[in-house]
Amino acid sequence: MDEAIAVRDLVVERGGRRVLHGIRADVPRGSVTGLLGPSGSGKTTLLRAVVGVQVVGAGSVTVLGRPAGSPELRRRVGYLTQAPSVYADLTVRENARYFAALHGRGRAEADRAVAEVGLAPAAGQLAATLSGGQRSRASLACALVGEPELLVLDEPTVGQDPVLRADLWARFHAMAAAGTTLLVSSHVMDEAARCDRLLLIREGRLIADDTPDAVRAAAGTHDLDEAFLRLIRAGAGGQEAS
Amino acid sequence: MNPRILAATTGRILRQLRHDRRTVALLLVVPSALLVLVHSMYVDQPAPPGQPSTFDRVALVMLGFFPFVVMFLVTSIAMLRERTTGTLERLLTTPLGKLDLLFGYGIAFGLAAVLQAVVASVVAYGFLGLDTAGHSGLVVMIASLNALLAVALGLFCSAFARTEFQAVQFMPVVVVPQLLLCGLFVPRGEMAGWLQAVSDVLPLSYAVEALQEVGAHAEPSGTMWRDVAVVAGAAALALVLAAATLRRRSG
Repeated sequence: MDEAIAVRDLVVERGGRRVLHGIRADVPRGSVTGLLGPSGSGKTTLLRAVVGVQVVGAGSVTVLGRPAGSPELRRRVGYLTQAPSVYADLTVRENARYFAALHGRGRAEADRAVAEVGLAPAAGQLAATLSGGQRSRASLACALVGEPELLVLDEPTVGQDPVLRADLWARFHAMAAAGTTLLVSSHVMDEAARCDRLLLIREGRLIADDTPDAVRAAAGTHDLDEAFLRLIRAGAGGQEAS
Repeated sequence: MNPRILAATTGRILRQLRHDRRTVALLLVVPSALLVLVHSMYVDQPAPPGQPSTFDRVALVMLGFFPFVVMFLVTSIAMLRERTTGTLERLLTTPLGKLDLLFGYGIAFGLAAVLQAVVASVVAYGFLGLDTAGHSGLVVMIASLNALLAVALGLFCSAFARTEFQAVQFMPVVVVPQLLLCGLFVPRGEMAGWLQAVSDVLPLSYAVEALQEVGAHAEPSGTMWRDVAVVAGAAALALVLAAATLRRRSG
């Protein structure tokens, strides 16, 4: 199998505390992989390691065949931070055009990215005046605009209504069908069901790396929500016993 | 560095400034208003025989000082915002180079500073009767160079502030000692030896000396060019230090 991301024995410490304990995982190319886990389980830290902005204690992260953070990858990887990171004193269009220019794309690509996240009517609005959900979509547009081979999205659908969420997920799958690899963190279970593969982490350890169906089967339930609860509780029980 | 990315970054920073009309108005009007105030204070003071009038002496230094203090503040807050809103982390995952960002700030705020210096000089020379032996264009050049120094220092100092409150407090730390020791209040030659030594390592002292050279000599003097080179060198050094504070990876 040709992996877009290969994580091997990744250990990360933040503020003197070990946040990731030897994570090993693969993300196949041209797929949508969901990264799920309770709040504080290390999802954002793992994503930061993949885009190469996290200081790593041990282990390796290989992205598109290169060590994570290689200068060459900056053209091929798009990153959406969890908190929307756009310039509040620029309009949506100006934000998208700036990030487009950084990736060598033009105005047409910028306008298309703004339209793809449903913000065409607000394109001339200052980011500061957007609602929370709109602002995170503006931030998403700035990640899409470079048309990267790998998109790392940290909770891209927080604060969006169900219709918009469905639209965005349809867009993610269309991009995957065209060959883009997406790694998407979430803590909404109905989104987990839409992923091709799932990575479930709990307290910095990977407890599942499989398809949604296989995760359901392993937990012995048809309900993904219930499956996660069982896996997380089993993980907690196993740790206490050890 | 990449010319396309540098141009996009400079344009982005100027666009941000353009959306903030109040800041632009303050940048352009405040130095001139303060010069009018200085003029009113000193207009009736008799000049010592054979010396420039007190207004000429003070206004010349002020023309160099305003861009320094304003651009230091504007830059340190702007860069702190990049750090705290996550845009810096995001930028560092794109093809943008560190120098693209730092020079982008230098060029964008440098242009704003040139405009500010031109407006203030027009007011000082045209309306307030400022008189210098040398050309007013040299004054604008030294004022703009001072602004670039302030931009570089602001980019560097923003790395040591976590909040806007802290960033603002760096102003008195970085700027006020340089103003006190630059030779405006007490001539540098009359200071205690250790104060002179401190003054000798502060870049604003050289900028002020360069301005005073323009005030006293019709042609640019060797001392002026040396001082200009020292200020430019200090700005380059601050920029290198600022680049060192931009880490792609953090904990």
